[in-house]
Amino acid sequence: MSPTSRLPVRTPTQQETHGRRDRSITDQDANAINRVEELSYDLKVHEVMTANMQIATPDMPLSAVLEILRINHISGVPVVKDNQLTGILSLEDIVRAMQKNELSAPVSQYMTSKLITVASYDPIVGAMQKFSDSRLGRLPVVDEDHRLVGMITKGDITRGILVALQKDYKEEEVRRYRASHLFEDIVSDRTTLVLRYNIKAHDFTHGGNASSHIKRALLRLGADPQTARRCGIAVYEAEINLIIHTTNGGILKLEVESHRITMSTTDDGPGIPDINQVLQAGYSTATEQVREMGFGAGMGLVNIKRCVDKMDIESTVGKGTKLVMRIYVPTENFNGRKDEKPNEPPTDHRQS
Amino acid sequence: MNLTKIIKLANGLLLTPNMDTNIEINGGYGADLMSDVLAFSQPDSILLTGLTNPQVVRTAQMAEFRAIIFVRGKQPQAETLLIAAQEGIPLISSPFGMFELSGRLHKAGLPSFESNESN
Repeated sequence: MSPTSRLPVRTPTQQETHGRRDRSITDQDANAINRVEELSYDLKVHEVMTANMQIATPDMPLSAVLEILRINHISGVPVVKDNQLTGILSLEDIVRAMQKNELSAPVSQYMTSKLITVASYDPIVGAMQKFSDSRLGRLPVVDEDHRLVGMITKGDITRGILVALQKDYKEEEVRRYRASHLFEDIVSDRTTLVLRYNIKAHDFTHGGNASSHIKRALLRLGADPQTARRCGIAVYEAEINLIIHTTNGGILKLEVESHRITMSTTDDGPGIPDINQVLQAGYSTATEQVREMGFGAGMGLVNIKRCVDKMDIESTVGKGTKLVMRIYVPTENFNGRKDEKPNEPPTDHRQS
Repeated sequence: MNLTKIIKLANGLLLTPNMDTNIEINGGYGADLMSDVLAFSQPDSILLTGLTNPQVVRTAQMAEFRAIIFVRGKQPQAETLLIAAQEGIPLISSPFGMFELSGRLHKAGLPSFESNESN
């Protein structure tokens, strides 16, 4: 091969077009999301590993392994003898052999026998720790008797977590059924369920989590989808406002009664100098960073107003802002008592 | 239109593993402005967007989209994938740009789900 030979022109691979599929979850991500943390202890290595893998034996010539790597598009194989894991051979090892023109040498001569392994029965958090300490891309998985049972990559872990999270989602139906009887089962002259969420300023990563919980709570409680959607959109815009604009964050509160839903946000600053101005479509004080995220177009309060039956906003510069949003619902929404009449009729209905 | 067919038309890649793509998508909506998505989209459609931050999934959830396609081969952040998995919203990456993809889907019979409701 001439040393000046160029790479042949080729079409991009699927991975190049779409990016890497082996997306890994960094430690930071894992810390940020509690359910993921939980799963990293619940899920075991054997549940996410790849069990069906290519292997090499110590006496195989390196050229044969190179062929295995090439055909399967992998960068390394475990070396197994009598069911026992004895080493790992990676492309780097083969390159070392190539430099000495020793591709016919046996695997045992070039393999790495100082091994970092993961136990199949360990929780995946152990594997994550080993990936982060060793900076390796794949680790062999062994059972109690040090027999090789699989390989694990960061991509396997991510995939396992994503699949487990999806299972959680499917369990939602059951929870919805249980909660929908709350208003029916608890008898009082007036039942109010209050949910409070603390919203941190500038915490975009968790932006929308509270709204998501609120919407789910409403659906679980038996709200009709249209009502839940209106509440969800209104409260989401309000939550994003707290994140974008407040000095110290604020509190998002949901009060559910059988005939109405009240959502409110309160914060302690900076306050709005001119309320009429912020109610105008397109007026915005958002930063470029916020706009890049798809927000800050000056539509937040306008959107809220469209979604709710009644919206009140009070603000004092230096003191803070209180936003109250209210939606009136038909009593059958929450399986509430049918004879209960709304205390405040929806006089201020949404304007068209 | 079935999501599997949409993925095929979009030359798309499903980023959320094992998610059921045998679901019905009633229409399409495209925007990079989340407030527009919240204001003018209709439920049970698919969102075409160039934004990939976690708020896209939250927005889609609030506005009740059934799936999201990232245009121009964009890849979401890890948090975005996690939230999507948690909320059961399939994420797809398509190499086409917003205009091209909208055109392809519309031409194949997917209606526009942009509501004309004005302020």
